[in-house]
Amino acid sequence: MSAPATTSHGAPSAAPGRSIAAWWQAAPFTLVFALFFLIPLALILMVSFWDFNEYELLPGFTFKNYVSIFEGCATGGEDLCVTLKTYLSTLKFSFLVWAITLVLGFAVSYFLAFHVRSAGMQTALFVLCTIPFWTSNVIRMISWVPLLGRNGLVNQSLQGIGLVDAPVEWLLFSDFSVTLAFVHLYTMFMIVPIFNSMMRIDRSLLEAASDSGASAWQTLWNVIVPLCKTGIIIGSIFVITIVMGDFVTIGVMGGQQIASIGKIIQVQTSYLQFPLAAANAMILLSVVLMIIWALTRMVDIRKEL
Amino acid sequence: MQARISDARPAGFWLLAAVFALFVAFMYGPMLVIVLLSFQGPEGGLTFPMRGLSLHWFRQLAEGLGVVDIGAALRRSLGVGAAVMVLTVVLSVLAGLAFRKKLKGGNALFYIVVASLIMPSIIVSLGIGLEFRLLDTGIKWLLGALGMESALENYGTALGLYTSALGAHLTWTLPFGLLIMFAVFNRFNPSYEEAARDLGATPWQSFSQVVLPLVAPSVVGIGMFGFTLSWDEIARTSQAIGDVNTLPLELQGLTSTVTTPAIYALGTVTTVVSFGVMGLAIGLALLLARRRKA
Repeated sequence: MSAPATTSHGAPSAAPGRSIAAWWQAAPFTLVFALFFLIPLALILMVSFWDFNEYELLPGFTFKNYVSIFEGCATGGEDLCVTLKTYLSTLKFSFLVWAITLVLGFAVSYFLAFHVRSAGMQTALFVLCTIPFWTSNVIRMISWVPLLGRNGLVNQSLQGIGLVDAPVEWLLFSDFSVTLAFVHLYTMFMIVPIFNSMMRIDRSLLEAASDSGASAWQTLWNVIVPLCKTGIIIGSIFVITIVMGDFVTIGVMGGQQIASIGKIIQVQTSYLQFPLAAANAMILLSVVLMIIWALTRMVDIRKEL
Repeated sequence: MQARISDARPAGFWLLAAVFALFVAFMYGPMLVIVLLSFQGPEGGLTFPMRGLSLHWFRQLAEGLGVVDIGAALRRSLGVGAAVMVLTVVLSVLAGLAFRKKLKGGNALFYIVVASLIMPSIIVSLGIGLEFRLLDTGIKWLLGALGMESALENYGTALGLYTSALGAHLTWTLPFGLLIMFAVFNRFNPSYEEAARDLGATPWQSFSQVVLPLVAPSVVGIGMFGFTLSWDEIARTSQAIGDVNTLPLELQGLTSTVTTPAIYALGTVTTVVSFGVMGLAIGLALLLARRRKA
């Protein structure tokens, strides 16, 4: 860059007084995040140390809520406590959904980025993939009911061709349907960042790899995957944090029978047990932050935009 | 792109093309089933076969499902969606402009925005719900202390559609808005603005007559994000809403109680609204882009 005063966002050089104007322009935006994000988070931290009875919250400082969440966890033995069991189940869903959306999202992005030849077709197919993202999640969940239910299409077909005698019960309101719905809803969060990374790859690198005698797999593994790392990590963060905190999908697709951390927090809130819910939220937050921290050590998100 | 990869290995191409086709079918198939089944005849049930074609379930929907007034919930969601859309556009564009200048604390703000985007929604929702309940306690205490008995009796809660729920939606839509503005301004050529300034344009003139027309299609996109994300929002709204629900929250509740195709009719209606907004936005963006070229 020849102009030293030009900032990273392609702005004209900064004149004196402009930083005050910038501050005013950012103020309403900042205010929203202060009022509806930062203060609420601080309040959760504060209230997680409060006491409560049936009628009201009692300000104070106690570790009671945290202790009660982990009650019975330290004893070990055969049966895990409810909290650890729920975390294990939520982590299991996160891992499964992450693995499936990653492979699927990568394959779809790869097809769009490297196999579709015209730019117009590429855009059209990409938009085709993203449109469902803008429609209702609950509708997309219940749209599986006529397919997976006891008398649904899948069971009708399976029975029709004589593969099973009785309807398969585990298709709906099960771990299977929950995982399927997550994949259905959130693969988009993998496709967009990975596709974005792939489109930035200099095509001559691929030619160079193949000229040097690399096989298709070697090019994929040694050239494309490393260059898509940022996209993969951004997508992974989205998918994992969504599944870790979910209670709607697990609720609807699990027939309100499968536990999740988000569900525990939601139920405690509806009983107005705010301090307990807040303590659970703080624990969930630290688990999620640890996962994100491990993932982000590898990228600078800002470079990707 | 002279050396096409697909020329070298057609087998890989056909395999991936099949994966892609299956993926698209997987995305759209269930939705089509819902739309089809919402036209189920009056005798029909939640699954195939179709027992005739009718608008029966849409009529049922218009009359209301149980105790739920669908029309009112729909109007509420449209109202909040419109408010979120306008605020998302205005605040994101302003913040996008601010980030192009020297913005003290810009980095911190950016990380807060990213944090809001990836924060589990239930936590944000719980926090806002808590904030407003503590606010209620504070206001009630204050009214009591001031001796305003009648006001105290009439006071309900500060939680509401256009207070807590609106804020909850904005924590979800504004990050998308800002990221889109970043993407736009990263590719924006500042020489147009410099030219405007050299020709004597005031900052406002240069914004309204040069910058805004150039970024207008993306701004329309931000508006579409704002509306459609708000229109479908559940997780962040769930704990941060007062006595009345938005349409997706009602819908979520209905999934376990309604056992007729009326719920599919509701699904068809909300999907039509989503598609309508998308169509409008894309049309408007194309129109603006064409005008820019003309």
